[in-house]
Formats: sequence, structure tokens, C-alpha cells
Amino acid sequence: MSDAHAHSVAFVRKSEIPPAPPPAAETGAWKWMRENLFSGPFNTIMTVVGVLIVFWLLSGLIPWIVNGTWEGADIRECREITAGTTGGCFAVIAERWPQLLYGFQYPDYLRWRPSLAFALLFVAVPPALFIMFLPRWTLIATAVYPFIAYWLIWGGTILTPVVAALGVVFAYTVFHRVERYGFVPGLAAGFATAFLTWWVGGTIADEFRTFAALEAVESRAMGGFMLNMILGIICVSLSIPIGILLALGRQSRLPIVKGFCVVFIEFVRGVPLITLLFVANVVLAYFLPPESNLDLIVRVVIMITMFSSAYIAEVIRGGLAALPKGQYEAGDSLGLDYAQSMRLIILPQALKISIPGIVNVAVGLFKDTTLVSVISMFDLVGMIRGPILSSTDWVGVYWELWAFACVLFFVVCYGISQYSQWLERQLRTDHR
Amino acid sequence: MKKSVLLGTLTVAGMAAAGASAATLEDVQARGSLNCGVTTGVPGFAEPDADGVWQGFDVAVCRAVAAAVLGDSDAVTFVPTTGKTRFTALASGEIDMLARNTTWTFSRDTDLKFDFVGVNYYDGQGFMVPTDLGVSSATELDGATVCIQTGTTTELNLADYFRVNGMSYEPVPIETGAEAVQQFLAGACDVYTTDRSALAAQRAGFESPDSYMLLPEVVSKEPLGPLVRHGDSEWADIVRWTLNALISAEELGITAGNVEEMAAAAGDNPEINRILGTEGELGSMIGLEADWAKNAIAAVGNYGEIFDQNIGDSTAIGLARGLNAQYTDGGLIYSPPFR
Amino acid sequence: MTTITDPHRAEGFRVSQLINDTRYRSYTFQFIALVCLFLAFGWLINNAINNPVLQEVGIDFGYLQAPAGYDINQQPIPYTSQDTHLRASIIGAINTLIVAFLSIVTATIFGVIAGVLRLSNNWIISKLMAVYVEIFRNIPVLIWIIIIFTVAANTFPPISEFRLPRDGSDPDRTLLLGMFAATNQGVFIPRLTFGGMGWIIAATFIASVAGVFGWRAYARKELYEKGRELPVLLPALGILFLPVIVVNLVLGGPMGLENPEMGRFRFEGGFLLRPSLIALWFALSIYTGAFIAENVRAGILAISKGQTEAAAALGLRPGRIMSLVVLPQALRVIIPPLISQYLNITKNTSLAIAVGYMDLTGTLGGITLNQTGRALECIMLLMLFYLTFSLAISAIMNVYNRSVMLKER
Repeated sequence: MSDAHAHSVAFVRKSEIPPAPPPAAETGAWKWMRENLFSGPFNTIMTVVGVLIVFWLLSGLIPWIVNGTWEGADIRECREITAGTTGGCFAVIAERWPQLLYGFQYPDYLRWRPSLAFALLFVAVPPALFIMFLPRWTLIATAVYPFIAYWLIWGGTILTPVVAALGVVFAYTVFHRVERYGFVPGLAAGFATAFLTWWVGGTIADEFRTFAALEAVESRAMGGFMLNMILGIICVSLSIPIGILLALGRQSRLPIVKGFCVVFIEFVRGVPLITLLFVANVVLAYFLPPESNLDLIVRVVIMITMFSSAYIAEVIRGGLAALPKGQYEAGDSLGLDYAQSMRLIILPQALKISIPGIVNVAVGLFKDTTLVSVISMFDLVGMIRGPILSSTDWVGVYWELWAFACVLFFVVCYGISQYSQWLERQLRTDHR
Repeated sequence: MKKSVLLGTLTVAGMAAAGASAATLEDVQARGSLNCGVTTGVPGFAEPDADGVWQGFDVAVCRAVAAAVLGDSDAVTFVPTTGKTRFTALASGEIDMLARNTTWTFSRDTDLKFDFVGVNYYDGQGFMVPTDLGVSSATELDGATVCIQTGTTTELNLADYFRVNGMSYEPVPIETGAEAVQQFLAGACDVYTTDRSALAAQRAGFESPDSYMLLPEVVSKEPLGPLVRHGDSEWADIVRWTLNALISAEELGITAGNVEEMAAAAGDNPEINRILGTEGELGSMIGLEADWAKNAIAAVGNYGEIFDQNIGDSTAIGLARGLNAQYTDGGLIYSPPFR
Repeated sequence: MTTITDPHRAEGFRVSQLINDTRYRSYTFQFIALVCLFLAFGWLINNAINNPVLQEVGIDFGYLQAPAGYDINQQPIPYTSQDTHLRASIIGAINTLIVAFLSIVTATIFGVIAGVLRLSNNWIISKLMAVYVEIFRNIPVLIWIIIIFTVAANTFPPISEFRLPRDGSDPDRTLLLGMFAATNQGVFIPRLTFGGMGWIIAATFIASVAGVFGWRAYARKELYEKGRELPVLLPALGILFLPVIVVNLVLGGPMGLENPEMGRFRFEGGFLLRPSLIALWFALSIYTGAFIAENVRAGILAISKGQTEAAAALGLRPGRIMSLVVLPQALRVIIPPLISQYLNITKNTSLAIAVGYMDLTGTLGGITLNQTGRALECIMLLMLFYLTFSLAISAIMNVYNRSVMLKER
């Protein structure tokens, strides 16, 4: 039978046929395009529309950039150079970049100082951002940075930041020693030490104003993108601890503390930042002693910090609420008191959950620092709207300037938000 | 000002409320610099130059006061203020005086509790239009779109003028002068209105000034002058008489060039002697050194010189003296006598 | 052994308990907090009371009754420069509400479209939407407002090209369809006029809107109870517009369109969308739309694929899967962040001040403040308004949120 069978078949393949390549329409770019771009009439229309939009955008943008000129002392020379083309007049950026970055009052021979402070930011920030990959001691760079940056940007004697730093160090040491007698006495002793150090040190620093002094620059002289960066960084760093306290206060069982925190948070979140800036600008002075004479920049920092701490408090409250109740009970059952269980169990977890939210608030806040231009401060937007566009040399050059501002903000904000997304993936410890 | 921000904040945080200080002069002398409120930028009147140094007609008044009080015309901290912030900045003590194109009006002098110490520029609100709009008088502007810089008396005058003449208009309020000009140049409004001095100054900066014209109507009185807080008459006197010294100096022929020479010894003219401190005790009467006026004039020149350097015919702004000529030349600039 | 005394009563109360006993410690803390709070506020208020300027000027809301003296371009209710500051402020408040409402509507539309399209299979479209979202999210809204305002003034055709030349020749440009004109002084569109019968037509229209909701409810009831599917869209449109048309005919056609007509300087009649409104509206819409798009995308992604597959297994068509299964569940995730986006829009309308749109910040917090110098009073009122408005929006949206929330047993 088997023979007969074998004979009845003319050919028996002994080996497998090598797989044939798929039809041309089912491979590579064709397949991809058919599936992703032209999978139906609706999709095809969308693709065509999309291509048209991209073409329209690029056909405007590319000649503008390629034909643009970086030469020319004013708008008229610039227009002559680009005559006949649709090129942009980037000469305004070439000529005014110091003003856009540092404002018009920061002494030009001192510009290396904020630039250096900015460069140091790249040394100081990575330890905090990538703490999981770097040894813990690198955090020292982050801790020291604010004092160095302050000294570089504002100048004056080095004693001022040193005293400020010493106050923090002493306060922490004392707190650590006294903490065994309780958290609250520790805190009180820490604060007392800090204020004592600052008071004594401040008196000494006032005496030796010229000791290792850089040329002092007033707060008023800050401007341009530097001002946005300063405001953003200071206010975010200040508002995180305040936000934590507010969030804890809002969760607290003490009605007075809770009531105050709720009213504060809801009030601040209910009003626009611009009204708070008006308060900083025109009303706050009434509520401070007449001789206090706070700089506008300090008043603005106070109000923006208030603003962002309310938002950060809400983010952290979300983190606190997301923790399972068991974590709180675990703390209680170990016999930890409130401060200990918060510090050792609750906050580390809650903060970890809240980090992406905090970063979002930080990005939003950084963008909102542009509002200070409305209260006659010359930040990047204020510089463009005021001195540069009103100067007779550059009247009518708005695309280039705003594009420059957009690029600066986009680079910073996009960078931070990409970091936050990366961090979110890193922190996702549940295995999905 | 020397105090660091950080320590300053802490000091304030720990500081208890002390009595209010009314003695601006002492504050200024203790601080070693004068805080002077100016505009955020009007060409010719107050504007930072390319090096960030403030220049202009109003700025000169600040510098004169600083020179009179502190002997140093550079001991001034210029605080740019907007229409919204200028009065509170002065009221709250952030600035010691305001020299910011501010119109002297009844309610500002009384209700807002300020003291106007004099007039350094007699202005009036006017209109600027493109020549091809085909308008030769403000009475033909019925239905036009008007750009206004907010925060000034301008919008009130404008509303009154159009109402009185039974005309309608479309107001386009703009926060800063620079942006108002941009809108005007782009044709987003047909008319731009503000003080005529500012109109002239801004027109001078246009690419083609000849395509724009000022209409002949002057719809308001705008006496512009420096002002100080109410209730500190000593300080008001100092600012008032510094301004008057500049005005008298022009009348009496004292200039930045010859003031040192004239102040070296008492001359023939007793009023010059009194101003320059070579005769009498005028300086000590207002709590200053005898050479206060000499310092002021030496630093910035007399009124006429300030005018010519900043906004006069020879500058890009090219304003004629007009009402702002000395009374001897048919203008309104007139200083009470120094005696 | 037998007498277990309450240690608390037995020992009596000792001062040290205030710190060491958890029962009393909270009172101690609260007392300290209260004292600190009072001291801080007392210090602030004491400073204000002792402030030499405030002492003289005082706090006085009487200025609200004084004539405002300035004109406002966009007047939802009649106003002249002789009306009071209070009325000017009310106009500002209404203008705030107008731009907030318009922006909320368009931002939601932009956001939903962009969010859904970003999940599209179409590579170009999804990438375009990603670019849109990232660019607009990462650049401050103030910059967008100013850019759009500047662009509107500089790229729209100048109104002078629409003017009738004095030599009698034809103007360079004319109204589109005789109705529309986009100029650098704003966009002119026709206005509906009601010939004095406005209230009848308005009443009819409101009744029609109620009728549409009634029809929807009826259609749903039929579907659930009898399994009968009724068309919704076409009848709804009919209910919405037919009665108004009928009423208009019965009344002899009082309704009409008033087209803009060229006057000496600009179009008169019709309706004017001012550049400031356009800039603020459009900028807030695209900026917040980018955020809403992310919320929508996250909401749709949060619905597990099993839901879609289960719905498909039941034999639902793709459109129905979206509308009956995915979207209702996604809404639960989308609505809470949407509320905060709406609040952000409302608060960001205060940036109107950058382009001279006469909202409340422009009238009460702007010109009124400048003219009267009553900074404290003006800013207090301004904050009070925004606070009330924000709290109202979040209250309304929370009620809605509760109604779509998962009903857990």
C-alpha cells in the first residue's frame, strides 16, 4: 500500500519550503503606510490634511529660519539684508541677548557670575534628580548650591551665605541632639539655634562687608530670563517644605490647625496669581512696618511661594490620601509618635507618590513667573514687551523675539516634564 | 539696601512694629541714596540708555534732588513704576519721591494724600493720526478707534472730550506706551492719544515720522510735576525748592558750566548769592548744606539745559519750549523768589 | 485589686500633662497655634492700622458710587462714562464670565479632539497632536496671549483697506458674503436682531431647549423599557429650531440679520469681536486644550482593553462601544482634572490685562484702581469675586462629578 502510494505520487518534498517573502503590498513601508496612514477613507483624508498642515508649517518656518540674518545693527539694516526674502531678523537676538537673559540693569562685566551660577546648576541638581544612581554624598553639592548661587548672583561678602549655611548646619546638629527628648523640643531648639546663629553672624557679616566680597548687585537689577529662573527656583524650593506642612495640617485632627490650612489653601487656589502679585506690588507694603522696605522681588517671592505652596500641599495631600490606612496603623502599632511615624513611615512614601505632581506644579509655576512682567518687573517677557520692542531700533520685530522666548521656555519646561515622566516610570514599583 | 535679601527677610520677620517714620530726609541720608519713582520708559523723560543708565527730563529732577540732599547725583535708585503702582509705591514708602509724568489734579493732591511740589512740564493731551486717515481736526474723529495708555488721566479726558462733543469712539486700552505704539503703527487703532510731549517723543522714533501728524486740539491741561507723600513738609520743601532752584538758575543765567565759578565767591546779584549759598542761610533752613543748590545745578544743569539736553529742539524728540519757556519769554515757568 | 481607680482622677491634673499626655497635648498645640496665628495676624493688622498713609486715607468703599469717568469698549449692559465705578466693575465681571465661558467651551472641544486624535492609528495625526500638546503645554500662556494679540494686529488685513476711498473708487477689500470681515481692529460679524420681540423668541428658544432634553429622556425611556430605538439627533435639531422659525413667521418676521456696514472709520452695526477678546479666548482655549487633551488621553487609556473587548463580544458597533462603554467610564477619570482645568481658565482670564480686554481685572483692578488709588479696597473686591466664582464652579462641577461617579455599594 505504502509503495503504491509512493508510486502514485510523482514528487514528495523531503525538506521544508523556505518561507516566501510576503507580497510587496504587505511589507515594509507600504504595509506600514497602508495600515497607519491609509487604512480607510476617513483615515486617508486625515493623512492628507495632516500632510498639508505639516507642509504649510514648514514652508513658512524653514525659509524664515534659513533666510534669516544675524547681522545688522537695527531693523532697517536688517530688512535691507533680508530684502526680498521672507527671512527673519534674528539680529535683534544677536544684539540684545544679554538684555533678554540678564535684564538691562545687571552690570555687563558681572554677567559671568549668574552664568557660572547657572552652569553650577548642572552640578548641583543631578544629585537630587538622579539620587538612585549616584552616591548619597553627592547631595552635598545640592545642599551647598543655594548659598553659592546666592553669593554669585547678588554678590557682597561671602560671610552672608556662610552665616546662613552655618545657621542651617548648627540648627540641624542641635535638632539631632535634642531630638531624643522629643520632636517638638528638638525643633524649637533647632530654630532657636538658627536664629541665634543668624543674628550673631549677621552682626559680624555687617561689620566685615568687604571680606571676600564680590561686587554687590541689587535685587532690582535682576531681569530677563535670569529673573524667571531665580523666581522659579527659589519659590519652588521654599514652597515644598511649606506645602508639606500645609498638607499635614490639612490632614490633622486638630480643628484649629486644620481650619487654618483649609482656609489658606482654598483661598490661595481660588484667586488668580496676578491678584496675589498685585498684593505684593501695591498692598503688602501696608501690612509691613514702614521702615522694613522690602524689595519688590522679595515681596513677589513671598506671594509666589504662598501660591505654589498651596498647590504643592494639595498634591502632597493626594499622596497622603493614597497611602493605605494600614501604613498609619503600622506606625501607631510600633509605638511611634506622630512626628516619628510621619517622618519615618508616611512622608517618605507619600512624597514618592507625589513627586510627578510636584514637578508638574513646578513647571506651571515656572511658566507663571512671566506674570511678574505685568507688575513692571523686567523678566524675559517684560524685557520684550518693554524696553526692546519700544526701542526705535527694533520696532516691529516681534516674531523673532517671541520665538526666542518660546524656545527658552520650551527647552526648560519640556526637559523638566520629560524628567518627571521618566521618574514616574522609575518609581512605579508595582509590576504591571 | 546693602543688607542681603536673606538677612533682610529674617530681620523683618523678627522685627516688631515700630513707630511710623515721617522724616524722609533722615531716611534718605541714612540710606545714602534716594529712591525715585520713574516711568518704565518714555523716551526723553525717563528711559534707561543702552548701558542701563537712566536718562531723561524727569530723571534729571531725581538726580538734582539727590545732588542737593546727598551731594551725589548718582546716589539715586530708580524704581520703574506703572500707572497702577506709582501711587502705592509712594504711599507705602518704597520711593521717596515720584517724578513720573504725573498730572497734578485735585483728587490726587487731596484724596490720595500727596503733595505736588511744582510743575516741571506743562503738557496737554493731544491726538496723533496717520496722515492718510484724512483727518485734520479731532472733531472729525466720530466713530474712530482710539488707543489709550491706561492708568493715566488720559482716558478720563478722552471720555469727557468725546462726550462733550457728542461723538462716539472705540477705546482700545493698552497697558504700556510701547504696546500702544505698536498697535497704532499696525493700524489696529486709528488714533493714538496721550500727552502731546509723549506723542512727539514717540513719533520721533517712528520709521517714517512724516506719515503721522499731531492734531491741533489740546484737550486737557496736564501740569506734570514731582510729588511726595503728604505730611512731611520738610521733605516736600526740599524737593520743591530744588526744582525752583533749577528754574531760577535758568532765569538768572546760572549754568552747569559757570556755577562753580559763581559759587566760589559772592557776586553782585544777591539772589544768585542766596541760591548758591554764598550769602544767607537758605540751606540750613531746609536742613541741607549751604551748597545744596550749587550741587544740584552742577550735576544736571539749569532747567533750560535739562530741557535742551533731553527733549529740546536739538534732540530726536524735538519739543519746542512753548508753555515751558521762562515767564520772561512768554511761558509759564516761574519760580518764587529765593529770599 | 478591687478598687481600680481612674489614674486620671486619682492623680489630679498636673501641668506636665499638657505636654506629655496625648489627651491634652493636642490642646496645647492648638493653643500655641492659635496664639501664633493671632500674633501674626495682629502684627499684620497692627502695621496696617499704624501705617501713616492708611491712617489718613482710611478704608472706604464710597468710591464705588462715584462716576467712573472712563469708557469701556465691550459693554454687555449699557454703560456710559457717567455711570458709577460699581457699574463699570459689574461690566468687567460680566466680561470675565463671557470670556471664561467661551474659553471653557472651546478648550473642551479642542482638548477632546486632540486627546482622541492623539490615540489615533494614523501616525501623522497622532504625532501632530503630540507636537501640539507639548508645544502649547510648555510655553507660558501669557506669551501665547501676547503673541496672538500681536499677530492679530499685524497679519489681519488693515481696516483701511475696507474703507471707501474718498475719490469714489472701490475699496481694496469688501465684506465676505456681505457679512463678515476680519480686520486688524477685530472681526466683524452680523448680529441677530429681534425687532423688539426678543423676549418672545427667547422664551420660545428656552422652551425648545427644554423640549430637546425632554425628547432625549423620552427616547432613553423607550429604549430601556421597550427596547425601541428612537432617533435623537434629527428630532432634537427640529425641536430646537422649528418653533423659533414658526414663531418668527407668526409674528411677521421680526428676526433679522444686521450686517456690518462701513462707516467713516470702521464698520458700524453688526457685532464686533475685538482683537483683545479673540486673543484671550483663542490663547486660553488652545493652551488649556493641550492640558485637557492629556487628561482625555489618560482617561481613555485608563479603561482596560477588556471593557472594549467585552463590549465587542456583546456585538456592539465601534461607535456604540465608545459612547456606551468607554466614554462613560473614562469620564470618571477625566472629570476631576477637568474641573481644575476649568478653574485654571477662569483664573487665567485675569491675564486680560496684558491685552487690554476689559474684564474685572481691567476695570476694577485696573482703571478704577488707578483713578481712585483705592488699592486695598479694589484688590479685596477683586479677590473676593474670583474666590466666589472659583468656589461656585468647583461646587457645580463636584455635583456633576458625584453624579457620574461609580456608585459603590
